[in-house]
Amino acid sequence: MTTMTVKDRSIEVNEEGFLVNPDDWNEEIAQEIATREDVGELKEEHWKVIRFMRDDFQANGKVPTIRRMKKTGGVPVKDIYRLFPKGPAKKAAKIAGLSKPEGCV
Amino acid sequence: MKNLLILGAGTAGTMMANKLAPELESRDWKITLVDQDETHYYQPGFLFIPFGIYSREDVIKRKRDYIRPGVELVMSAIEKIHPEENRVALANGQTLSYDALIIATGSDISPEETEGLTGEGWQRNIFDFYTVDGAVKLAAFLKDWKGGKMVMSVTEMPIKCPVAPLEFVFLADWFFTEQGIRDKVEIEYVTPLPGAFTKPVASRYLGDFLEKKNIKLTTDFDTGSVDGARNKLISYDETEIDYDLLVIVPTVMGAEVIGRSGMGDELRFVPTHDRTLQHKEYENIFVIGDAANIPASKAGSVAHFAADTVYDNFLRYIEGRPLLESFDGHANCFIESGFGKGLLIDFSYDVEPLPGKFPLPGIGPYSLLEESKMNHWGKMMFRWIYWNVLLKGAELPIEAQMSMAGKRRAS
Repeated sequence: MTTMTVKDRSIEVNEEGFLVNPDDWNEEIAQEIATREDVGELKEEHWKVIRFMRDDFQANGKVPTIRRMKKTGGVPVKDIYRLFPKGPAKKAAKIAGLSKPEGCV
Repeated sequence: MKNLLILGAGTAGTMMANKLAPELESRDWKITLVDQDETHYYQPGFLFIPFGIYSREDVIKRKRDYIRPGVELVMSAIEKIHPEENRVALANGQTLSYDALIIATGSDISPEETEGLTGEGWQRNIFDFYTVDGAVKLAAFLKDWKGGKMVMSVTEMPIKCPVAPLEFVFLADWFFTEQGIRDKVEIEYVTPLPGAFTKPVASRYLGDFLEKKNIKLTTDFDTGSVDGARNKLISYDETEIDYDLLVIVPTVMGAEVIGRSGMGDELRFVPTHDRTLQHKEYENIFVIGDAANIPASKAGSVAHFAADTVYDNFLRYIEGRPLLESFDGHANCFIESGFGKGLLIDFSYDVEPLPGKFPLPGIGPYSLLEESKMNHWGKMMFRWIYWNVLLKGAELPIEAQMSMAGKRRAS
């Protein structure tokens, strides 16, 4: 287990950088993770995706897949890849303070 | 008289009907099984068709011949399920009411989900082998192929039988060697996963296998489109992969009727409790096989192990007793590795595939996660077991719950 410091607050993250306690999440922490993941400054477009992911997780208990973001969240897939380049499903989930998307079996 | 309706007479639906028929006869239940296709397909056999090992005739039989007397088989497409009203409308105009419903409508490939996939090149130098038709056409193509670059790609997860595309490249390596053209064929395996397989230990073993067989592995590739005119596979972030021959596992989705009935997720899989196999919303509905959205492999072996749980829980449900949370996601898959050899993996929701011996600890005869001739024969023998034991709903000498006996935790 490692920690990440945001505004003097120490936040626990796992070896892949996902939050250990989802309740720790706030927008400043999201920005800090985004910076570490080379996503850069989070803009309204990013927040739209992050908010959808968090709301959807609240409602369904599952981290949404890219397909779900497109079909239910109405975000074009190309945009998701542009906003969260290189492994967007995992990256966006991390920034949104959710767990790693359920791998496939 | 009460009605149990089973939708889908594939592997899972046929097994359930055959298992429950002897038990329900004495309890005033009538079983009706609905399917639109007279033919039962032995899907694990599709893999062998492109290489001329099996033909179409080797993988098909008449459904009726495998269904116990006492089960009424209705041949029709299904129009819509009305779970609030406990009835199902069929395409032939009939409406069937039920007291309990088992959904076993399976899954199928949806190549039209990927931009450009069914355009130019489809079934010319782009093939699937998840349908008999695709596998037979690919066999005809491979017979005369002189070589070039073959790409095997998995579009998105989950897919039916996640080991099948790996087996395909292992067999292709063997096949091209036999044909004397292996030096003229470049093979590349393209997957959206971070490794060769879904689980870490097996992923490492299978990744090593690819390397040994000189098969290039490209991971984390999310297929966005196919440009059949320029022979390019293109990811969402616009990386391109060239091919001369593209063998692809398109997006796999649940049955259309699930979508029409508003009962599925984005991929039309039915929300199902992963341990009891009861529908998440309706108590009188159970879901078995690849129609369910449970995080287990979409494979016949999983349906077989799940059948024990559905059997127990269906009887408990009609007796008003609490359900068992007995399903553990158990899967058991032979993996053909070419040159008359194979591997075997055995895993569950909680335990990934590990090395060892199966089913008898230390003895086998099968080796887990290790290549052997015996594993290959196990796979070839399985077709007989499928038709003669498994579909009949009879017991196999393997526990439904995964066992740690004989498995080694890898370091």
